[in-house]
Amino acid sequence: MVGITSFGAYIPYHRVVREEFYKAWGGFPIPGEKAIASYDEDAVTMAWDAGNNCLSGLDPKKVDGLYLATTCAPYKEKQNSTIVATALDMRDDIRTADFCNSLRSGTEALSAALDAVKAGSVKNMLVTAAETREGAPAGMGEAQYGDAAAALLIGDTNVVAELLGSYSVSDEYAGEWRAHNDHFVRAWEDRHLLDEGYSEQLPKAITGLMKKCKVNAKDIAKLVMSSPMDVRRHGKVAVGAGFGMGQIQEPFFMTVGTCGAAMGMLMLVAALEEAKPGDKILLAQYGNGADAFLFQVTDAIAKKAKAHLSVQALINSKRTLPYYTYLRWRGLVTVERGRRPEIPFTSLTALKRSRKEVMGLYGKKCLTCGHVMYQMPFGIGGMTPIRVCYYCQTKDNFEDYRFADKKAKIFTYSLDMLADVIDPPGTPVFVDFEGGGRGWFDLTDREPEKVKVGLDVEMVLRHQSFDRGIHNYYWKARPVRG
Amino acid sequence: MPESIKDKVAIIGMGCTNFGELWNKSVSDLMVDAAYEAYEDAGIEPKDIDAAWVGNWQEVSGMSGLGLAGLRLQYKPITRVENMCATGTDALRNASYAVACGVCDIALAVGAEKLKDMGYAGLISVSPGGTTGTGGISTTAPAIFAMLATRYFSRYNISPDAGKRMLSRLSVKSHHNGNLNPKAHFHKEITVEQAMNAPIIAWPLGLFDCCGVSDGAAAALVCRAADAKKFRKDPVFIKSIRMCVGPAEGPVKQEYDFTHVEETYRAGLAAYAEAGVKNPRKEISMAEVHDCFSITEAVIMEDLQFSPRGKVKEDIESGFFDLDGGLPVQPDGGLKCFGHPVGATGLRMIYEMYKQLQGKAGPRQLKNINLGLTHNQGSMPPACTIAVCIVGR
Repeated sequence: MVGITSFGAYIPYHRVVREEFYKAWGGFPIPGEKAIASYDEDAVTMAWDAGNNCLSGLDPKKVDGLYLATTCAPYKEKQNSTIVATALDMRDDIRTADFCNSLRSGTEALSAALDAVKAGSVKNMLVTAAETREGAPAGMGEAQYGDAAAALLIGDTNVVAELLGSYSVSDEYAGEWRAHNDHFVRAWEDRHLLDEGYSEQLPKAITGLMKKCKVNAKDIAKLVMSSPMDVRRHGKVAVGAGFGMGQIQEPFFMTVGTCGAAMGMLMLVAALEEAKPGDKILLAQYGNGADAFLFQVTDAIAKKAKAHLSVQALINSKRTLPYYTYLRWRGLVTVERGRRPEIPFTSLTALKRSRKEVMGLYGKKCLTCGHVMYQMPFGIGGMTPIRVCYYCQTKDNFEDYRFADKKAKIFTYSLDMLADVIDPPGTPVFVDFEGGGRGWFDLTDREPEKVKVGLDVEMVLRHQSFDRGIHNYYWKARPVRG
Repeated sequence: MPESIKDKVAIIGMGCTNFGELWNKSVSDLMVDAAYEAYEDAGIEPKDIDAAWVGNWQEVSGMSGLGLAGLRLQYKPITRVENMCATGTDALRNASYAVACGVCDIALAVGAEKLKDMGYAGLISVSPGGTTGTGGISTTAPAIFAMLATRYFSRYNISPDAGKRMLSRLSVKSHHNGNLNPKAHFHKEITVEQAMNAPIIAWPLGLFDCCGVSDGAAAALVCRAADAKKFRKDPVFIKSIRMCVGPAEGPVKQEYDFTHVEETYRAGLAAYAEAGVKNPRKEISMAEVHDCFSITEAVIMEDLQFSPRGKVKEDIESGFFDLDGGLPVQPDGGLKCFGHPVGATGLRMIYEMYKQLQGKAGPRQLKNINLGLTHNQGSMPPACTIAVCIVGR
């Protein structure tokens, strides 16, 4: 039996209420709010967060590969999925690949993973999809798009949703696009896009799949169908394909926004969180044609749905920002820089050498005295690797010890108005890890007035800086989500 | 047993420039001013100097012994010393050891820093490009020291308001003392209310909790104690110079409490042992300590055993550290108001002790003084280099 063995989503902590865009630019008011990636998040960090949520309670060393699907890859040349795999602490004898350039790339990666497991090439495969698409300011896309990520673990044991069949259609049509040098999404006339693209291709894939699998709309518990830019068309197409409103998975337009290649997978995660054994779920994702999959939920679902942070919990956990903060975070306005020293550039030599500490948040456990310790690989006292024990001064008698998955508490902190940061005040914290060890990190996704000694935090991968084309990723602490 | 430096070395001349935003002075300019003041004070010629140590923290203030080339010493051994903010005291330590062991008769220690050429407030970058820049934390010196205050307040159950009031009292004192000192960076009396209501720099520290970022230089000439009276009738003798460099374990170990600085405590113990001080609170007459931030000064008072653990608040509020108190601290205004040109600071502290012991401290002159202590800190509370020096007649 091949199918989904685990699942988890990620929705950033921050929202902009859509009325803000209308207030700034006029045009048409659009209801609801959209989720926005923090200034220190991108498709890679969000894919990590979704993947980490999906792997809750599972051993990342037992996963045979990772696919990352996005139209917003930080790197054009250089694999993005390897960053996610390294930060998730996966093995190195695995398959990694990026699926880019298509709003269907999430389901393309899903197809590839299902086929790879079915073929026996891998035992399992983690499929992640993450998007941070931007519409230009004052356009409809700016208000409609949201940022989110989702992850599915595909395998052949402990399956919670078995694949019954899949069906794809391919269509050469550019309704929404970005050329190689475009930052913002461009779109053709929406009436044409909706009539001749979305409303034509999705029903084709859905009906083709149902015919192939010999099922009718009434047999389907949930239709999980990606939404177009204009969410009103979503319900219309579903109903046109023979589904009742009660069968349609909510597309989170009012709370998250349309999230490109991650959309179908995000909605599928939400559907699985509420599914019952025996339910048939039809997933359909639009983008230059459409992909459709039919899954049947198994008895294993009950335990799995509780194992991670749910989509609903992620939606409920939020902080609302003004529009100008969004503009600043996305680099859409040039702001006066703080008069502070330059940030040193990233040495790829040093990064490769200290990859385990930097990207895996690994420290050491002393095999002589048993203490665990994390030494930051940079700055004052940043002397890695640890060769001599901090406690018993024994030389070279360690095993690796991972801190990324340990809970921690704030030991002390400051709110720094002097630091040149994008989201002032800078919030450096010393945290004490459960099980031992201390570390010094930035605190992210925090409300400054709620920071206090003793606050529970968890470690997350974030984008620290960008210089000379190099994205510098490191770990931050964040108040425990959910 | 290693020997003690006590009473083996004398300071026979000192110089110190005005500290401040010296826009029109280069670092070499400042070093010449400080050194020539010291020459004149000691009554010597440059040719009398056998060796020199020059302390700069940042490369912008000079690299190698050539950083002192502006003095035109003629083909002498010169070493650059760098030990972060404790650089100045370490330069004096090296010069003292050199004369004590007899390889030279007169040694010069100069500390200087040019911070105000960079176009921004605060300290300049400490990270050499290329060797770091992987990972990283967005932070500043005030925030690192603020975390000491956060934890101190939390541990001793002091409300933010009471804690800020305690720290403000220290800043008021330094501003009062600095106002009496013509060479100080800041000349302005402040009130506790002004300090408490000043803009926050890094919570809980406000503007007046942070020291000045300054340009400046200071210099000392040392010789063997036996020769000192040849140069002047009132030389000042080194009773102890001790350094303590931590293994940088505070950021790593949960055992570190973030309410004290272990290196200060240990450097103090070593210095007291070397100088033969049994009861520091009673025997030390005055001190210049590394008050880069108000909380640093508060914690140093406990680490140097001037105040019992957790009790410094009482001594601060009773005025024990004021000019007319039991143990005046920062009589010259300290880093807070004299300013903090990093490489010069340790020698500036010695300069004040030297002038006080000679009775030349003007309106801030202390009475009945015997031993003066300086405490110079490089880097952050959980991982630092500390130099403590005790001088006397």
